[in-house]
Amino acid sequence: MQARRLKAAVAIAAVAALAVGAAGCAKSERDGDSGEAKTGGTFIFAGAGDPKNFDPIFNDDGESFRPVRQMFDTLVSHKPGTAELQGGLAESWEHDPDGKVWTFKLRQGVKFHDGTPFNAAAVCFNFDRWYNMKGAAAQSQMIYYMDTFGGFAKNEAEGAGESIYNKCEAKDDGTAVLTLNKYKGAFPGAFALTSLSIASPEALKKYDANTVKQNGDSFEYSAFATTNPVGTGPFTFGGWDKAKNEITLNRNPDYFGDKAKVDKVIIKIIKDESTRKQELRAGTVQGIDFPAPADRKALEGEGFQVINRPAFNVLYLGLNQKNPKLKDLRVRQAIAYALNRQQLVQTKGPGGAKVADEFMPDTVLGYAPDVQKYEYNPDKAKQLLKDAGAEGLTLNFYYPPDVSRPYMPNPQEIFTVLANDLQAVGIKVNGVPRPWNGGFKDDVQQFGKQDLHILGWTGDYNDPGNFVGTFFGRAKVEFGDQSMTEMFEAITKADATVDDAGKKAAWEQVNRDIAAKWLPAVPLWHAPPAIVVTKDVKGMVASPLTDERFNTVSVGK
Amino acid sequence: MLRVIVRRLLQLVVTLMALSALIFIWLRNLPGGPVEALLGERATPERRALLTKALGYDQPILVQYGKFMQRVLTGDFGNSIRTGDPVTEVISRAFPATIELALVAMIIAVGLGVPLGYLAARWRGRWPDNLTIAGTLLGISIPIFFLGYLLKDVFTQNIHWFPPSGRLTTGLDNTHVTGFFVLDGLLTREFDASADALWHLILPAITLATIPLAVIVRITRASVLDVLNEDYVRTAEAKGLRHRTIRGRHILRNALLPVVTTIGLQTGALLSGAVLTEKVYNWGGIGTLITDSITGGRDYPVLQAIILLAALVFVVVNLLVDLSYAFIDPRVRVR
Repeated sequence: MQARRLKAAVAIAAVAALAVGAAGCAKSERDGDSGEAKTGGTFIFAGAGDPKNFDPIFNDDGESFRPVRQMFDTLVSHKPGTAELQGGLAESWEHDPDGKVWTFKLRQGVKFHDGTPFNAAAVCFNFDRWYNMKGAAAQSQMIYYMDTFGGFAKNEAEGAGESIYNKCEAKDDGTAVLTLNKYKGAFPGAFALTSLSIASPEALKKYDANTVKQNGDSFEYSAFATTNPVGTGPFTFGGWDKAKNEITLNRNPDYFGDKAKVDKVIIKIIKDESTRKQELRAGTVQGIDFPAPADRKALEGEGFQVINRPAFNVLYLGLNQKNPKLKDLRVRQAIAYALNRQQLVQTKGPGGAKVADEFMPDTVLGYAPDVQKYEYNPDKAKQLLKDAGAEGLTLNFYYPPDVSRPYMPNPQEIFTVLANDLQAVGIKVNGVPRPWNGGFKDDVQQFGKQDLHILGWTGDYNDPGNFVGTFFGRAKVEFGDQSMTEMFEAITKADATVDDAGKKAAWEQVNRDIAAKWLPAVPLWHAPPAIVVTKDVKGMVASPLTDERFNTVSVGK
Repeated sequence: MLRVIVRRLLQLVVTLMALSALIFIWLRNLPGGPVEALLGERATPERRALLTKALGYDQPILVQYGKFMQRVLTGDFGNSIRTGDPVTEVISRAFPATIELALVAMIIAVGLGVPLGYLAARWRGRWPDNLTIAGTLLGISIPIFFLGYLLKDVFTQNIHWFPPSGRLTTGLDNTHVTGFFVLDGLLTREFDASADALWHLILPAITLATIPLAVIVRITRASVLDVLNEDYVRTAEAKGLRHRTIRGRHILRNALLPVVTTIGLQTGALLSGAVLTEKVYNWGGIGTLITDSITGGRDYPVLQAIILLAALVFVVVNLLVDLSYAFIDPRVRVR
């Protein structure tokens, strides 16, 4: 009886599946673009978490950026597969010698999804919107804007500083001029930030985008951010079905660049890592992100395409100089010599990882090829410890065993290898595992309880300040020494240098001094995070900044 | 009688108030929190301060609690911290998914459990009985997590009979009416969606059904054995009644009373099992919501509402049980 019912259900489902498939094949849109290699079909990608919302400016995490990147464009974009800048909505840009006045020559004939023309007025509308944003709730969500512009017309809370934004003028339809109060090294790279995507002024107004309502201890976002995001990108918003955990994006037939090859992109949110893998194997999704290093070989063996992103991150071992022993440079150098980083990369690193000698990838301006390198040398480490009178040292080593970050896929294993290396030169290590969001970040970055910890960073744009400046640009509890003023000043100066040659030289010197003189932490590796797609997916270009656009993707049969 | 009810209702309000205060304070004293979760690697001290202030976590906890209670009394449980959706909406979206799953699991457990239990009793001490007992032991002792992954591995990875996760095939259109996908398909005549939803239900429902199934088999077996030895069964057999009549009218009808009670008791177990099952199958119900809200960033408002809701259900059920005793047994009513 049971079996018969099961069979019936199988039959019904099979017929249903066929019917759906047939319907899918029978549907093909007609749009005016001829000669486009449009393949149709649907590309299903597994997301790992809910997006916060779809208003670019209020977001700062990868899960929210993935759909946003398909719907919006930025003034400056990246050459596919690299961190190099190229024209986006602006075909070209230039700045005055002080780096304060930026002139953008805009692309002509571009329209937002709602038909609003894209022009200089629209660009300035966006800049003005960000600068004039009101309300503590809204401002607190604008992480990247704060990073780049420093503050608002009216700061609602402490923590925001003086804004470097002065004004934006539409000279003519195709020319937008942005004036800053002060030069900042982050530009032009920061103009490519997904958060600073350009949205349709009409839609922003119509859907009340600036209203972020505070409700008790949470925020309520506007209809623009939740149901009506409108940009210029290759896909338009189709909806987020929260009962099914599916975000649907439809092909934009009027896109100014390479029009999408598929009719539809569905981002299916699956929070469990092993379930994402199983869905991929079952063929129910065609792409997943950040596979565990241990799974990569297996997936490749099964015929999936494991595409490595060029590494744009760094993992480091933080040294907390609150501990007087670690204040001695010789002890810090001893730790650097004690670590067999080559072996760490080979045994625990994801495919394609390499040892880091600096705190930024070599593709970033200001990478110095001639910094002091700490080759594995346990004898030297012991000698240095002896010279410093720090034999028999005991250190607390904090690590978060419960997470997997792109630069740190397996914290527990990394900790074990590093701890063994340190024990081998006579340093006693007390491992302190703490949940990522339940102690680790608080203890390390707010209270500075640790002597050692592992942490890292994925860069946002091609600028040394985004790496080295973020880590060591000012006093931080994480590294425990508030008196390394020489380092802070050098970084501030390098960041304020406008001309490219001077900037490059200044940052190179900073990197040399960090390695030889300051050593606030030990860089460990650059790990390329991978993206995995099924055999029949073509045209997936992996980006070091995880800035993948799905308009180039097609799903073959 | 009325006085008893009123007094119990007052107790209920006090219980829930005390509980809500406890939950509120306990959650906020866990290490980590929404601020950390929202900021990720980009948590500078300024940003932390800004967001802490914006979310109102810088105020004394009693002030926070007072504001929370004020809103709750107007039926406003706040919004999810990450997406800003009203908590009531988040929960009502997840609820049908869990109920649908629990219902199908219960149907499997009862539909299989009662006949198996009866069979075991009839064949007591012989191989069908021994086999069933062994099966129930296994069913009770196997961890849901393990079974879930095992079934998934076999039936979705090695033999592609079932989908690995979720409630519907990705990209399949369906119209949400009630949130019960099988029912929705029938209502809107999207029968393919109905079949597809049923298809997705099978593995998780089996996973969830194992424990109640084992319990029901054992209870049925024990109670059928009791009834078999009753005089009236022997009398019926002596009178030469047909077997079918004896089985239905005399044995099963009397034996099923304790089974029905057990089914009621197992509902609670089903809901806790749903947390694990839903995690394995990415189900998107209340179970998934609980896990996500804890691990995915300490979503205080959602967690508070779910725990309070669960407590309310628990307390109300207790109240009903007490009251029904009072109805059945006059001696309870005196005080």
